[in-house]
Amino acid sequence: MSELRELYQQVILDHHKRPRNYRKLPGANRTALGHNPLCGDKIRLYALVEDGRISDIAFEGSGCAISTASASMMTESVKGKTAAEAEALFERFHDLVTGRREAGGADLGKLEAFAGVKEYPVRVKCATLAWHTLLAALRGDQDTVATE
Amino acid sequence: MMPTGETLRSTGPVHSPELDVARVRADFPILSRTVHGKPLVYLDNAATTQKPQCVIDALVRFYTEDCSNIHRGVHELSERATAAYEQTRSRIRRFINAAEEREIVFVRGATEAINLVAQTFGRMRLAAGDEVVISALEHHSNIVPWQLVCAERGARLRVAPIDERGEILIDELEKLLGPRTRMLAVSHVSNALGTVNPVARIVELARRRGIPVLVDGAQAVPHMKIDVRALDCDFYAFSGHKMYGPTGIGVLYGKARHLEDMPPYQGGGDMIASVTFERTEFAKLPHKFEAGTPSIAAGIALGAAVDYLEKLGMDAVARYENELLRYATEALASVPGLRIIGTAAHKAGVVSFVLDGIHPHDIGTILDQEGVAVRTGHHCAQPVMDFFGVPATARASLALYNTRAEIDALVAGLRKVAEVFR
Repeated sequence: MSELRELYQQVILDHHKRPRNYRKLPGANRTALGHNPLCGDKIRLYALVEDGRISDIAFEGSGCAISTASASMMTESVKGKTAAEAEALFERFHDLVTGRREAGGADLGKLEAFAGVKEYPVRVKCATLAWHTLLAALRGDQDTVATE
Repeated sequence: MMPTGETLRSTGPVHSPELDVARVRADFPILSRTVHGKPLVYLDNAATTQKPQCVIDALVRFYTEDCSNIHRGVHELSERATAAYEQTRSRIRRFINAAEEREIVFVRGATEAINLVAQTFGRMRLAAGDEVVISALEHHSNIVPWQLVCAERGARLRVAPIDERGEILIDELEKLLGPRTRMLAVSHVSNALGTVNPVARIVELARRRGIPVLVDGAQAVPHMKIDVRALDCDFYAFSGHKMYGPTGIGVLYGKARHLEDMPPYQGGGDMIASVTFERTEFAKLPHKFEAGTPSIAAGIALGAAVDYLEKLGMDAVARYENELLRYATEALASVPGLRIIGTAAHKAGVVSFVLDGIHPHDIGTILDQEGVAVRTGHHCAQPVMDFFGVPATARASLALYNTRAEIDALVAGLRKVAEVFR
């Protein structure tokens, strides 16, 4: 049970049940669709980029607890950041969930809650789907992002 | 065509003793291992079944004692390998009650079998405006091969709908069978829901209109006695690895007159009678469809799997599994917030379900920590998921070695899921 609690931390369960920024964003000037064919997770991401910064961001979709919580917490952590800053943050997040970086060493704040994912390699895709979709939106890719 | 008295006598129900599950379990070495420190509870049998020792032994014996290519050498090993491989063909013929051995074509699996039929029989018969009918229950492997050939020939794929229990609406299917229908392809048992389709009746509807029928039997062969002559289907496709045999070997049954008419699927060695640069004469059935060196060890070991099943008796297997399915269905229905997807009157081997507010992927991860292996996802049947309005389901699929205690472990695991998400 303790390993499961590592994965399903309270903050993750909370963001799963009450995802933040879960809505459409009518004024969005960046959007992308993410899809994880393995589990059927789908996410539509909207961002409003003004003066080079993400001034607002939102998402919709359906997914497992890890992917929904990750999307929710991602939107909170990239708001106000430039594309380059968001990308750098994702790099550190990616290292965390794949076990390439120890928890606590990356200054990820609340996102550290995803450290438990490294014990579940098949769930890395769930944790990173929203991030891949964000990067695609910021780059202006039109194709659906698939994790496979 | 009704089966003759002769057929019924040779394949009719033989009185088989009840299945002794403790003895059966002892035949499967993997069942004694643990996963995450818990005894393995393997409930992903619709994906692939585990292998009994006799199948593993057959693989090892081939590579240890008889390894050689088939249909080529005059030397001892090649003759032994050829005889053993061809013996599987004869066992398969008897197992599914085909009329002749040459109607048994070895392929990699059910997927290749369906592609073979679509690309030869289908391509040959389809013209612009023609139609292929499938059902809304199909696995992607009985959808995509038909889409490909329809796109190539300008033909149209039509889909018979299902109801909320997951049963094909037979009246609607019948309405789709028209003057342009050139092929009907339908699963015997749905991999996503477990629905047993009334295949004999469906074949009869098609037969009246002269429409050939392919049956995808991948999920049926491990669970029930199959008699292709009683079904009177034109083609029957299945995989070895879902019936306790190895991966890499499967079977296409086809009526000899169709197979004779069909062009080869692939060209190469073993499928020819003679080759010059001007002209090639193809080999006789079934070798016309068996280009290249096949999965010989797997083919031989599939014969061991058939022997194993026949020794247990498919009627005993079906009785045991049906009882276990009934138990599993009741046990799962008692879990708070659980909804079973697929409630057909006649099912085999599969319980698909969702839990309120909890994604199947999370269910799968938590059950895995308890040693319980289930499949979560769309089960290669995305249209079925769309119909039920779910992105995915969790699926417990049964085999002849599963027990009530394992179902209880699944239910206990689901209570743990609820605990984590409380």
